[in-house]
Formats: sequence, C-alpha cells, structure tokens
Amino acid sequence: MTSKFTSASTIKGVRGLGAARSGVHHWWMQRVTAAGNLLLMAWFIISLILLPDLSFESVTAWVARPLVAIPLLLLILSSFWHARLGVQVVLEDYVHTEGMKLLATLALNFFILGTAAVAIFSLLSIAFGGPRA
Amino acid sequence: MAHTRPLSPHLTIWKWRITMAISIMHRATGMALVFAGLLLFALWLLAAAAGKEAYEMFAGLAASPIGWLIWVGISWSFFQHLLSGIRHLLMDSGWGYELGVARASAIWVFVGAVLLTAAFWAAFCFGSGLV
Repeated sequence: MTSKFTSASTIKGVRGLGAARSGVHHWWMQRVTAAGNLLLMAWFIISLILLPDLSFESVTAWVARPLVAIPLLLLILSSFWHARLGVQVVLEDYVHTEGMKLLATLALNFFILGTAAVAIFSLLSIAFGGPRA
Repeated sequence: MAHTRPLSPHLTIWKWRITMAISIMHRATGMALVFAGLLLFALWLLAAAAGKEAYEMFAGLAASPIGWLIWVGISWSFFQHLLSGIRHLLMDSGWGYELGVARASAIWVFVGAVLLTAAFWAAFCFGSGLV
C-alpha cells in the first residue's frame, strides 16, 4: 500500500510562518546539520581509530593541526546546533505547560551555549598553543 | 483549555510495534548523545586544554569499568541515532512508507547499530594496540 500525502497548508500560512513563526527553518536546519554531522562524525570516528593512542601528547598534537582543528570546530558547531534543535522538539512535545516549556527551553539554550563555549574555547586554546603541562 | 485537547505524543496508548519503537529510540538516543555524549566531548577537550595532569585524571576515569560502559553506551546510541537518522532522511524524500519496507528498515537499523558498534570497538582496540 502506498501512502498519499496532501497538504492543507495555504501559501499564506507558510509565508506567515505558521504557529512557530519561523516556517520550515527549524526543520530544514535539523536536516542540514544532520548532513554535516554525518560527514564530520565519519571523519572523527576514523580519526579516533587511526590515532596511535589517546594519550595527552597524541591528542593535543593531533588537535593542534589546522586540518584537524578546523573540522573539529565545524563538528562542534554542527553537532551542538543539531542537539539544540532536537531537544527543543522533544521539550515542545512533552512539556505541556507554557511556563515550564519556556523555562526548559531557556535551560536547554544555556546548556547548549555553555557546553559549546567550553568545547570551542578548549579546542582553540590547544590549537593556538595555550598552556600545556 | 490547556489540557482539554489531546497532546502529542501518546506514549501510553501506542501498541508496541517496531516502527514506533525505533521512533522512540531515535529520541532516547538523541537525548543520551546530548546530555552524555556532547557533555563528555566538551569535558574531554577541556581536560586536554587544561594540561597533562587534568587530562590524565579524565583518561583514568574514562578507562574505568563505568567509563567503558558509558563509552559503549554512547557509541551504540550514536550508531543507532545515525542509522535511524538516515532512515528519517530517506523517509523525508518519500521512500519507505509501505508497511513492509518501514518494518524491514527499522529492523535493519537495530541490527546495523549493534554491528557498527562492535566493528568500531574492534577497529579502535585493534588500532590502538589494546588487542
């Protein structure tokens, strides 16, 4: 059996950006970052396998290489962005009171931006030859 | 008004089917990847940036039995989410809505995730000279 899909949305409804007021941007960026994650995680996983070990010396020397630091930075941006969009949808589905939904979304944004800032700062610090013990 | 109309998703009234299980698993693994995977990824980079002593403390905890359990859990979550995400992208393009195909692709995602997790750890341990 094949499914038949019809859309009842009017172009006015789409251009008016609907109830979320942002049209398909959220949905589309979820797919764009998914594609980014697919490529960058494939690179990251193969790199983890190819690294001789995960000692401090191996990891910092590897991260400091420009052709490693740049894709790692892109991986952080793509994965944290994807994470924010994904968890937001889960919150919208499961948190049913408006106040709690607002608070939970705020907490999510703080968590994502905070953790991403830690990751980006640490990466750049290693790449630009910050303190090493 | 807030609770007089049905709100999604009705986890409690769904009949268990592999197609709904894979959907729930996509969300569950996604949450695990954010709150365990990305958090530990950031802490790993922070430890490396903080210096050898901090990094070795992180590495010591990471190599503990609980650490291994967490890494295996995160890696399986990743491959499960990856394959089910690819299934989502294919379905976005209109593929795979027929009942038989939707069931078969869901089964293949579950099987494939376990196989990829095993393959990753085999390659990782072999490549790192742990085996």
